[in-house]
Amino acid sequence: MNVLEFRDRDRAAALGRALARATGQVGRAPVSVMHVCGSHEQAIAKFGLRASFPRDLNVIMGPGCPVCITDLPEIDEAVALALTGVRIATYGDMVRVPGTAGSLADAQAQGARIETVYSVAQAVDLARATTEEIVFFATGFETTAVATAAVILAGPPRNFSVLSAHKYIPPVMEIVAEMPDTRVEGFLAAGHAATITGCGIFEPFVARHGLPVVVAGFEPLDILAALVRLVELVRDRAPEVVNMFPRCVTREGNLNAQRQLWRVFRPIGGRWRGIAHVPNGNLRLRDEWAALDARRRFEIDTSALWHHAPSALVRQCICGNIMAGIASPADCRLFGAECVPDSPVGACMVSSEGTCRIWHQYGGIPRLDAGLTSRAPRAGGGVSCPL
Amino acid sequence: MCLGVPGLVTDIDDLVAVVDFWGVKRRVRLDLVDEPVSVGDYVLNHVGFAIRRIPPEDLQTTLEMYEQLLHEANRSDLMSADVRGEIEAGSK
Repeated sequence: MNVLEFRDRDRAAALGRALARATGQVGRAPVSVMHVCGSHEQAIAKFGLRASFPRDLNVIMGPGCPVCITDLPEIDEAVALALTGVRIATYGDMVRVPGTAGSLADAQAQGARIETVYSVAQAVDLARATTEEIVFFATGFETTAVATAAVILAGPPRNFSVLSAHKYIPPVMEIVAEMPDTRVEGFLAAGHAATITGCGIFEPFVARHGLPVVVAGFEPLDILAALVRLVELVRDRAPEVVNMFPRCVTREGNLNAQRQLWRVFRPIGGRWRGIAHVPNGNLRLRDEWAALDARRRFEIDTSALWHHAPSALVRQCICGNIMAGIASPADCRLFGAECVPDSPVGACMVSSEGTCRIWHQYGGIPRLDAGLTSRAPRAGGGVSCPL
Repeated sequence: MCLGVPGLVTDIDDLVAVVDFWGVKRRVRLDLVDEPVSVGDYVLNHVGFAIRRIPPEDLQTTLEMYEQLLHEANRSDLMSADVRGEIEAGSK
């Protein structure tokens, strides 16, 4: 039962027609827009929306999966620390993401102690229940980083520390907007991240790059309506920020959460898988919180892991290009063959927000382009358009 | 990890609220929400923290998609699994 009922079928059909009309009016093809949120990709795939997109509209998933964009050096730090015997708590998907010499799950098989949590608050509870050191391997975008900030400000127990791999989305949009191969003409921004940051944060970006940004919710109708508005802005050459999710997003955002975020974290440049170096894209603990920073509390030596050359399979993985928006899972020769959810080769097949995992579950996209249907995924089957 | 989940506040003790998610009660922290929250309010929760009080007039629209997702028959469905994970993020 992948295709759910639309709340209002007539409205969905009308939005589909408006999207086709606006795309046609742009006057050139294809029109490429990007979203940066795994939950958007889930909704697009689950509700079969791509089948209703006009043929000349490319809706690309960019670097919107926090698990996927966490690059080898940060995974390696967590694995190296875990192998020294320190207990690591982290969000579930992170456990299986491959590092240079393996994942946290591989470390666990060698005796390391890894705890899966749904919330940083649960990691703090673990620390309260023991005298052992608990390191929270913190991943996720600003929506999730604010929760890490809150527990730090609330005063966690002394045996709790944070290994931050948190990432900040606005800076990576600057990088992707300038990538020559990607040619994105507008962005769909993630509604719940913008609940924290506010949609005003995109105004300087729009001014600098001349590209529109539309904030979108997660319902099929929210996404369709936001895409119509975005393509209209592309058509009208109107670089603006439009908030199509006002029931959750304001211009200024959640100021209380932002204050806590920036009291605890500072942005630094760092690598994102597939995107290379992103200035200000990584969040690290400020010096004030050095006592809670696992990087300062422990000597983390990853050099022993570098002796492992990546396997032949890993070298064929194109996750990086998929996250940069220049390839789709269907372009990957491993997808659905050597790389499946039970034994993922790349990060995009691990996370529930990864493009490959989503396409594998929901049957990918029933796109009309012949080139992309030739390696159609096997699981799930194509979903038909409910419009 | 980006899709929050709405729930009904049934009790509040300082910065911790008891939130009812379709019959499942979990403790959720209120440190991050930016306006006063009272019993009877709906809040949007992410990784165990309320990040927004949902305006009552927007409630029905917000709840509908989640109700569909929680009725999803396929337990391995990614989107409904993420929503269940968000509910599990509250403390018992």
